[in-house]
Amino acid sequence: MSAEDLHPREREGVVNPVVRAATDESERGQDGRRLDHAEGTSKPIKAPPVREPQPRGAKIRGDRPIDQAEAAERFLAAPLHAAAHDERLWDLRKKRDAAAFGIPEWEELRELASQIKTHTLSHLDLYLEQFEAAAKANGVHVHWARDGAEHNRIVLGILRDHGARTIVKSKSMLTEECGFRHFMAGEGIEIIETDLGERIQQLDDEEPSHIVAPAVHKTRLDVAEVFARTLGTDPDNDDAHYLAESQRETTRPHILNADAGMTGCNFAIAETGTVVTCTNEGNADLSGNVPKLQIHSIGIEKLIPRIEHLGVFIRLLSRSALGSPITQYTSHFRKPRAGTEMHMVLVDNGRSARLGMEEFWTSLKCIRCGACMNTCPVYRRSGGLSYGATYAGPIGLIIDPTFNKRKYSTLPFSSTMNGSCTNVCPVKINIHEQIFAWRKVLAEEHQIPLLKQGMMKAAGAVLARPAAYRAAIGAADSALKVLPRFAVYNPLNTWGKKREMPDAPRQSFHAWYKENRMKDGAK
Amino acid sequence: MRIGLFVPCYVDAFEPEVGIATLELLERFGLDVHYPYDQTCCGQPMTNTGCHQEAAATEALFVKNFSGFDYVVAPSGSCVHQVREHLTAIPQTDAVRKVRESTFELVEFLHDVLKVEALPWARFPHKVAYHANCNALRGIDHARPSELNLPYFSKPLNLLKKVAGVELVNLARPDECCGFGGTFSVFEPAVSAKMGYDKVADQKRAGAEYVVSADSSCLMHQKGCAERLGLPLKYIHIAQVLNGAAA
Repeated sequence: MSAEDLHPREREGVVNPVVRAATDESERGQDGRRLDHAEGTSKPIKAPPVREPQPRGAKIRGDRPIDQAEAAERFLAAPLHAAAHDERLWDLRKKRDAAAFGIPEWEELRELASQIKTHTLSHLDLYLEQFEAAAKANGVHVHWARDGAEHNRIVLGILRDHGARTIVKSKSMLTEECGFRHFMAGEGIEIIETDLGERIQQLDDEEPSHIVAPAVHKTRLDVAEVFARTLGTDPDNDDAHYLAESQRETTRPHILNADAGMTGCNFAIAETGTVVTCTNEGNADLSGNVPKLQIHSIGIEKLIPRIEHLGVFIRLLSRSALGSPITQYTSHFRKPRAGTEMHMVLVDNGRSARLGMEEFWTSLKCIRCGACMNTCPVYRRSGGLSYGATYAGPIGLIIDPTFNKRKYSTLPFSSTMNGSCTNVCPVKINIHEQIFAWRKVLAEEHQIPLLKQGMMKAAGAVLARPAAYRAAIGAADSALKVLPRFAVYNPLNTWGKKREMPDAPRQSFHAWYKENRMKDGAK
Repeated sequence: MRIGLFVPCYVDAFEPEVGIATLELLERFGLDVHYPYDQTCCGQPMTNTGCHQEAAATEALFVKNFSGFDYVVAPSGSCVHQVREHLTAIPQTDAVRKVRESTFELVEFLHDVLKVEALPWARFPHKVAYHANCNALRGIDHARPSELNLPYFSKPLNLLKKVAGVELVNLARPDECCGFGGTFSVFEPAVSAKMGYDKVADQKRAGAEYVVSADSSCLMHQKGCAERLGLPLKYIHIAQVLNGAAA
């Protein structure tokens, strides 16, 4: 019996004999051990014993502030999903550490990457013009879009010019920002996402919840349910290989027949006019190279000056994201193939305005690796959909308010400001400090709840007056002593709901000091 | 050396033993320790909520109370981080800058300023998990955080290793935040408590009897979580251990 005869579930652990043994060519860590590719060593998380409905994301109510805490609470109420999410992403964090510690010059690389990005952003006008000139010289059509709506109109115009009605595209956070899929659906254009995770999200009509792993909040059973409903697969088969193969087989015909292909952009090289994409599935190559019309959407902050700078970022990107030395595919798109047309759309969509924000402009250094999400203890336990935004997790907390200050006013508070995000960031964005700075901006502009601001005003008034403070501490002590348990553990007491209250001490330090050290009134 | 002792508000109200241990420990080194009697808080609850203006009067009071000392010492990485990095709601006069620069967290004061070599009075024969408070770890450099590829060091562990009998156990996620996060603990209680549950479960799995930290706020949260889960873990501030607490 060959491996192919086995049911997919039974095939686990069977190694195809043509698979080559590991060679000595692969990279070694400081301890001399061979570094494994992160995805190759990912262990399947044990399938949950019972079916647990997938928790859905934040409730979107127009511009009203997102209640991330409410959505996170619902996520945690699905313990199998919550545990799988935390475990999978913590695993990526550990792999990231192993990869980062495998390179002695890691911290220098981060500094270098930060400097290159800082320099480029400080001269962005020059590099954008250089990029445009180089791309045009390569025979590329270059377009400029002020915002998401203009981006969508430009792409629609290109499609209309060619009578194109179907697009295959690779994952792009920028097009998510622009609401591209929804817009095109309204125009009768069919879009097929080719990244596996992104395709799952498209078929389930959900926003991405993670920059790099768009469907990481779903279990295999969830995916089996979505695919059974939309692709007609076996609803009881949640084997990862079976599901991936089903997506592959149903997507291939779309790739072969699409009128146009689209990709996002990881790095845009000003010197050569090249768009570089980094993927593990090769789907950007298929999207870009198969159809006769190819379109690349580029956020203007993606620029780097020269091809020699690319290596710095390539070394950092996949190590930070997945703990692997490099993505499976690093693709350079420069010139249209013979008989085809190539378009590049440079999109601002709030980036120029962000560049002018003294405390927040360095968030534009972001290379979208997702390391801050993987390490964030709040994100791992909330699920990306709880943020109700294109960008979730730490980087989302500091970018989202630039898109809509009211809607995303609550997000900078969904953090303990522990600072781990800043330490894993490959381009050294001071993420947790920007979260802190956003809180100040939002409070000053009265974008935080009146209740919260009122509480802080009251606290500030008490804490500024020693006598009032002493009275309050005394009250807290005696209240804890005399109130029966039901009064302390009521639904309004959010501390006591899930935690025991601290014991009330016999006396405060202050009282102890007065009693023991001030008898003579000397101090 | 004239020392101003800052006892943070939650230590004052809930963990007076930590304040007493800090005072006694500093006095063991022959320091002239003063407790400014009108002290309240460093302003962190308001500042971390974005309400800097609401913190201004509290910050001014802090500076008034703690001017004129060679060092201000507090048993809290979080409050010291606030004073050093974020006490900015009031004009930055020379007096304000002086207070901010001379404020030290207890561990770093013992480790870097006094350069303590021995703690002959301290004995703590227990299995200990150390909890690194995030502000102490990443805000005032108590130790090399697990994310950075830099040479390893840890000031609190250097001190704990000088205490006879301490047996340190290793956590699976050594410097993952425990979820306290100040007002985060009450405004986002579900995630905060889940982080706490995961943290105390990690401590239990590591075989700890005691959890030691330089911040009472994290300990208060973790203790509440451990008690709710029925885990027999005990929580104690590093000041108490270094001062010779018999546990």
